[in-house]
Amino acid sequence: MREIDVKKISDAIRDLAIEVNIHLSEGLVERLQKALAEEKSELGRELLQRLIDNARAARDKMLPACQDTGTAVVLAEIGQDVHLTGGSLIEAINDGVARGYKDGYLRMSILADPLTRVNTGTNTPAVVHAFIVPGDKVRVSFMAKGSGCENMSRLKMLKPSDGEEGILKFIEETVIEADGRACPPITLGIGIGGDFEQCALLAKKALFRDPLGARHPAAHVAALEEKILTRINATGIGPLGMGGTVTALAVHVETAPVHISSLPVAVNIDCHAHRHGSLTL
Amino acid sequence: MTVRAIRLTTPLKDADLKDLKIGDKVLLSGEIYAARDAAHKRLVELIRKNKPLPFDPKGAVIYYTGPTPARPGQIIGSCGPTTSSRMDAYMADILSAGIKATIGKGGRSPEVRELQKKHRAVYFSAVGGTGAILSENVTKVELVAWEALGAEALRRLTVKDFPVIVANDLAGNDLFLEARTRWAKKV
Repeated sequence: MREIDVKKISDAIRDLAIEVNIHLSEGLVERLQKALAEEKSELGRELLQRLIDNARAARDKMLPACQDTGTAVVLAEIGQDVHLTGGSLIEAINDGVARGYKDGYLRMSILADPLTRVNTGTNTPAVVHAFIVPGDKVRVSFMAKGSGCENMSRLKMLKPSDGEEGILKFIEETVIEADGRACPPITLGIGIGGDFEQCALLAKKALFRDPLGARHPAAHVAALEEKILTRINATGIGPLGMGGTVTALAVHVETAPVHISSLPVAVNIDCHAHRHGSLTL
Repeated sequence: MTVRAIRLTTPLKDADLKDLKIGDKVLLSGEIYAARDAAHKRLVELIRKNKPLPFDPKGAVIYYTGPTPARPGQIIGSCGPTTSSRMDAYMADILSAGIKATIGKGGRSPEVRELQKKHRAVYFSAVGGTGAILSENVTKVELVAWEALGAEALRRLTVKDFPVIVANDLAGNDLFLEARTRWAKKV
């Protein structure tokens, strides 16, 4: 059995928190460049250029690309042949988040209680999803999830009779309701199937897919991703909601087996600053 | 924002706003007030109790932002706009106090557009998610009130040529609605 000290996981999270907030990924910037070539609205192109300039300014000045440095969302895939040593995994992750947000001059956005609303001052606790997987490695993925787009995300328990058109319609309505508030061009993580909470988690996991815009391996799911992308880009919302032909950069769908009477659909929206990264130990 | 921008200086007067149309590019200079959810709750409590605000609201501009901490030697961290519609519920009181413009991102409710018409106020959009580049237009930051709120504290920002777009004008037009209608395609 392989031993991994949780301190190593903590350090990886610290570094990822700073990295993803300050350095937007090359893949994302390339996708924004492509959007610039595709966009038909002149104002839309001007805004996309501004996003690209902002990504460069953030790197040069060591500033977060966006002031909402997000909720820290962590996916931890833990090999079943790994023995974690050195203390609590969850505490180590939160320690990494707290150090990353302090050392990186990132914003502390987390309140200890949704009702009393007092800031924890450390941007912790993180939202952690841990999975036991085969093997002897640990993979941690970190997302700085902005709240403007998270607030516009939706989950609906559709009826099986709603079918594909019902799915497309719900996603389109969600994106139109989000409008400029979600900072388009957006990336959509869509969960279809499972039960209530599994569906939401599928949508969040879909946002972590690399590279951006990669198609689902199943042909019928990949075809649905294309249909959703076309439908969303026809809404006219455009960059920052100010009109245009590029509203979404990518659509990632994940599915799960489902009860005979259910068709849950979750739409998790990410803004144009799609910030995540991962590390394997 | 490169083309033919209109330059305005705070505090804003009625004459500054009367010819603005949705989609116009404006470069704002002078003092603006950074306030978001928690600071708005407190401002509105003061307004409802007829107590003085920590700044003069006449002609003032509120910017919905919660900046990241400044690194040593920097004036401010990243400071882009947050979603304006969360502040819609406070607008009746905010505008009655004399605020002439707000800056944020995304559309606002029809009720807010009506309130803005009534109080002769406009709504500007800054470019969401460009907080790094927007920090270049901030020349000074002062804490005004409620330091314990951290990123949500009330701050006075001195800005130079801060780039915004007119999103709601005095006629009650909405840039976001108009733009989407214009660009929507039949599926």
